[in-house]
Amino acid sequence: MIETAFFLLFAVLAAGGAIMMIASRNPVASLLYLVLAFFALSGIFVMLDAHFLAAVQVIVYAGAIMVLFLFVIMLLNLGHREELDMRSHLTRVAALVAGSSLFALVAALVLRGEQSSLASDEGGVVMEAILRSRGAVGAVAEPLFRSYLVPFELTSLLLLVAIVGAIVLARRRAP
Amino acid sequence: MNLDIENAALILSAFLFAVGTAGVLVRRNAIIVFMCVELMLNAVNLTLVVFSRSLGLEAQVLVFFVMAVAAAEAAVGLAIIIAIFRHYEGVDVDRFNLLRW
Amino acid sequence: MVSLPLLLQEAHAAYEPILPAWILLLPLIGAAVNGVGAFMWRGNKSIPSLVGPLAVIGAFVIVVLNFVAMLTAAPHDPAIVSMWTWMAAGSLSVGVDLQFDQLSILMCLVVTGVSSVIHVYSVGYMGEDPGYSRYFAYLNLFVFFMLVLVLGANFPITFVGWEGVGLCSYLLIGFWYENQDFASAGKKAFVVNRIGDFGFLIGMFLIFVHFGTLSYTQVFAAAPATLAYGGAVVTVITLFLFLGCTGKSAQIPLYVWLPDAMAGPTPVSALIHAATMVTAGVYLVARTSVLFAMSPVSQAVVAAVGAGTALFAATIATQQYDIKKVLAYSTVSQLGYMFLAVGVGAYTAGVFHLMTHAFFKALLFLGSGAVIHAMHHAYHEVHSHEDPNDMRNQGGLRRYMPITFTTMWVGTLAISGIIPFAGFFSKDEIIWYTGAYGYGILWGVALLTAMLTAGYMTRLMVMTFYGENRTGENAKSHLREVPAVMWIPLAILAVLSVIGGWVNIPDALPVLPGVHAFHDWLHPIFAPARGILESHGLNGAHASPIGGGEAMWAGISTVAAAVVILLTFRALIHRTWKPAADSVDPTGLAGVLYNKWYVDELYDRMVILPLLALWRGCWRIVDAGLIDGSINGLASSTRAVGWIGSLFQTGRVSTYMFYFVTGVLVILATFLF
Repeated sequence: MIETAFFLLFAVLAAGGAIMMIASRNPVASLLYLVLAFFALSGIFVMLDAHFLAAVQVIVYAGAIMVLFLFVIMLLNLGHREELDMRSHLTRVAALVAGSSLFALVAALVLRGEQSSLASDEGGVVMEAILRSRGAVGAVAEPLFRSYLVPFELTSLLLLVAIVGAIVLARRRAP
Repeated sequence: MNLDIENAALILSAFLFAVGTAGVLVRRNAIIVFMCVELMLNAVNLTLVVFSRSLGLEAQVLVFFVMAVAAAEAAVGLAIIIAIFRHYEGVDVDRFNLLRW
Repeated sequence: MVSLPLLLQEAHAAYEPILPAWILLLPLIGAAVNGVGAFMWRGNKSIPSLVGPLAVIGAFVIVVLNFVAMLTAAPHDPAIVSMWTWMAAGSLSVGVDLQFDQLSILMCLVVTGVSSVIHVYSVGYMGEDPGYSRYFAYLNLFVFFMLVLVLGANFPITFVGWEGVGLCSYLLIGFWYENQDFASAGKKAFVVNRIGDFGFLIGMFLIFVHFGTLSYTQVFAAAPATLAYGGAVVTVITLFLFLGCTGKSAQIPLYVWLPDAMAGPTPVSALIHAATMVTAGVYLVARTSVLFAMSPVSQAVVAAVGAGTALFAATIATQQYDIKKVLAYSTVSQLGYMFLAVGVGAYTAGVFHLMTHAFFKALLFLGSGAVIHAMHHAYHEVHSHEDPNDMRNQGGLRRYMPITFTTMWVGTLAISGIIPFAGFFSKDEIIWYTGAYGYGILWGVALLTAMLTAGYMTRLMVMTFYGENRTGENAKSHLREVPAVMWIPLAILAVLSVIGGWVNIPDALPVLPGVHAFHDWLHPIFAPARGILESHGLNGAHASPIGGGEAMWAGISTVAAAVVILLTFRALIHRTWKPAADSVDPTGLAGVLYNKWYVDELYDRMVILPLLALWRGCWRIVDAGLIDGSINGLASSTRAVGWIGSLFQTGRVSTYMFYFVTGVLVILATFLF
């Protein structure tokens, strides 16, 4: 009962934030709505026993990436945009149709697969066992540093490349 | 129709993904488009987390990687937008049509 | 090399061809050397002057050796020299084979002999022409092909020679190709010949279908057994072959190229269009006499076409003013006589006339060439542009060119059939046999034509050599006789025109001894055909259609010709003509004859213009419309598709997102349904 209520709360916040994000005129407002959605998602992560990821979501996504977005918006002075920069009505209708059909199809697929083992709550029990034995961080850390060590290292390399790329792309041309 | 948390989360994820797609289709501001892409990525992350409950913790590792890559991609993408902004004096995506035939 | 005493020792040994390949190789090598000379040693006159004539004279010597050997050996069957296999495909096997028998050796003698004389003459005639080397190259090449034609042992080899002489004729007629009219004359000759060649080819195909082989000995041996006498097959075959003959030998309906062929140098006209190439058709009918003898319909067609052409051309010749055109139509007319002869079955007479005609017609052409040469030289000295060929510009030339004058008279008497010149014996024999074998109307036509022949030739002599000279005061003083290198050949041919007929003198004539040498020589060749004719009712020649024997009619024809000559002479000797520039074209009947019965115009209207309209229509509708249209349509439709495709490439990421989402929706849908 409590669970359902919390889930509904978070879901409404996430969905509402997302819709407001795409409907808002002011880019900064859009950004903040998205941050709200991220926070809600983080809550849902906790409810799904992904505690570490919930924390990382807040720290990295809401805390770093969105801040970066905000920096760029401020840098380019886009914060005052007043006129609506959406496309024509036809495009809006088409996007609405596309989006809703996409949602409908995926939802149908999900509900069709309801009979699978996902329906049971076994998963939750297993997760709890793992969490208790290794802790939230250890649960993710173990596969990360054991089986997926190489992708981990490569990701760090990727981040390095991203840094260098960002600097190179965004600097002013040398006079 | 018995909706437990997992199915509900999946449906929510589908909804977020659809909203992100619609946003990309509809908005002209490049930065907003980027944010919609981030939203789509998050929807996928949510899906992965749902499935990690039954399929193993590797899915969460994947989410971790997705976030890392999303960060890198956001950084580089925004750098590009800054560079374009200097050229076009605006970030209207409709004006970036040099790849036209 | 076999020496003469050795040959005579082996008098009755079998005949072996002596150096057969060299007969062909010498002219070919000459052509190659002269051809190279035309590019490499441009100004050099001595190499072509030596190589050209010597190549042919050398071939003539070898042919004479073979002739003597054959004379002593007197073989019955042809000697075949197989050089290599040309085509071996399925059941068809054609080898490069040469056939040495009495007929082919005779033709070789005539070809190489007259060619040698004309080559020597050309040294003088073409001496100042810039294309000297090229000329001899072409001329030698022509001799090569003509020899291939007459020496071929099967239809394809003969056809190679047939085509080759046509090619050389084209090259030589259009020798001065910078002149558009001359080049067109060459094209006309080639195209008209091509129509005839089509007939030859169809005949050849039919022969292969029915006999399975194309070699002469095999076909003629199998013919009486394989084909029905008078049947449709043999008639069709021979008619198609005859179509080829009408093209090559300028008979109705394909004679129209020969008068225009006079655009070429005069020695070319003498060699190709009088003595050798145009006789190829007669040779072919003589060679395939067995097939023709088996089809009375074809025989009648050949005879009728021959006689008709003879009369037709003679009428035109009476009104022509260009000296070469008169001789050209005369050639067409005399060829008609030859076809008349082989058409009625008098094969030996036809070939006999072929030989004597080669002598006196070459003589007449070379003589006219001497006249033209002198006139041209005179006009050149005074920078005049009058036509040296036109007889209205000539006149009284006997004072300036006595040797030419004398030899031309010899030729005229020969062609008119005055005893004892060569033409008398051959032409008389033809006329006699035509009548005696029962072709009454054609006999009358032949007699009439003989009188016309005497008439127009006398007219030619009078206009050119008698009366006042119309060349013009300034040019007149430059007229002179031609150099020795040119009048010696004239003399040689004149002698031959006198004695050439003495190899075949009929018994029936009084006083003169009967000589059968020619007849006996060709007997083995024509015996099979004669046999077929005689077994189907052709009886001997004893009486003319209106009574009287051979001696009587021989006398009548000679006297008639002589009378015509005298009367024409008297009528024209005091007539004056204006020079060509001041003359008007004749009108009325004379005008019709002058305009060649408007045959060229008729062909133009009936054949050429409809064809041109058809081709233009084809070009416009099929080529430009259909083919170009479809290709262009293909291109423009591709372009249209491309344009439609380009509409999708907006360059905007949002558009691409749309396509992406659509694709994802489709895939998801397939998962669902």
